[in-house]
Amino acid sequence: MANSINDFSPLEQHLLNDFQRDMPLSATPFADMARQLGVSEDDVMRSVKSLQEKGAISRVGPVFRPNRIGVSTLAAMSVAAKDLECVARIVSAFAEVNHNYEREHEYNLWFVVTASSEEHLDYVLHEIEQHTEYPLMSLPMLDDYFIDLGFTLKHAAETGSYNR
Amino acid sequence: MANAEADKNILQLTENDRALIKAIEHGLPVVSHPYAEIAKQLQSTEQEVMARLQRLMDAGAIKRYGVVVRHKELGYKANGMVVWNIPDDKVAELGMCIGKYSCVTLSYRRPRRLPQWPYNLFTMVHGSSREGVREKVDEIISNCKLQDIEHTILFSTRRFKQRGASYTQRDPEPVAQPQAGQRKSGRQAANLRLVK
Repeated sequence: MANSINDFSPLEQHLLNDFQRDMPLSATPFADMARQLGVSEDDVMRSVKSLQEKGAISRVGPVFRPNRIGVSTLAAMSVAAKDLECVARIVSAFAEVNHNYEREHEYNLWFVVTASSEEHLDYVLHEIEQHTEYPLMSLPMLDDYFIDLGFTLKHAAETGSYNR
Repeated sequence: MANAEADKNILQLTENDRALIKAIEHGLPVVSHPYAEIAKQLQSTEQEVMARLQRLMDAGAIKRYGVVVRHKELGYKANGMVVWNIPDDKVAELGMCIGKYSCVTLSYRRPRRLPQWPYNLFTMVHGSSREGVREKVDEIISNCKLQDIEHTILFSTRRFKQRGASYTQRDPEPVAQPQAGQRKSGRQAANLRLVK
């Protein structure tokens, strides 16, 4: 697994940096990226696949806006250390859970649950409590104060446009 | 349990919308004509798929469309979920102040759960190390004048799962992905139980 931005080729850095948002809806998105970067479509597709294999990008596609096509909440649990691995595995096994992290705190397991309806969300939260035998604290988003701009990878930005 | 107010904003989606969301929620196929490939799956046409996706975008269903980076692999080794206990009448102003920093990727108001959980603002701060995160937090405290605001930093130690949200859990599983071993439907999960 790569550890730093410097482990990526200039093309990879541009793919990571330049297309995080506002990718135009075109029939041939990878060819469009290739044109912008002055490389071939095959180069782009090969690099995207390689970045996916390395785990540097999870996908090319949409990030859905919370609470527009479904409902979600952030849940926290305070789990005994001896149970944590097992509880985390149970939680992750739910398809409705899309992020699940251990954090250093009395509340040590934090995960996001997303569902297509309020009823299903409540059902899943209840199921998680049943199967893990731990209570959870549900903290749904009330307001979003952040304008999402993705990440800027400084190193890539400084190299300017990519030339082969 | 979830926010009742946000519920009012849920889009009314058709079966076809849901099918498209399911087809793209874990990413486009990396092929020359990804929408044509999706269209084949949905027994639709490339044009129809793109038009439907455009409508979803116009309706505000999609927050961001592009390359979804997993920051942890990119030198952002540490991320701190920084939670703040801010007086209710100040939370919007301060939430926006914190949200402006480039190292901050989330700034959400969430409910307090008293007495055990007094914090009402959640921000995600990224850095190359824990020290880097702490320095950023100090800078934010100083610039946004948060010296008198109670806060705590929750560092992540392990990531058990990180993937795109799944809004289609009632449908069959999508094609296996690298982390597929960790992903099961709610029904399969029902077979797992904590053994104490």
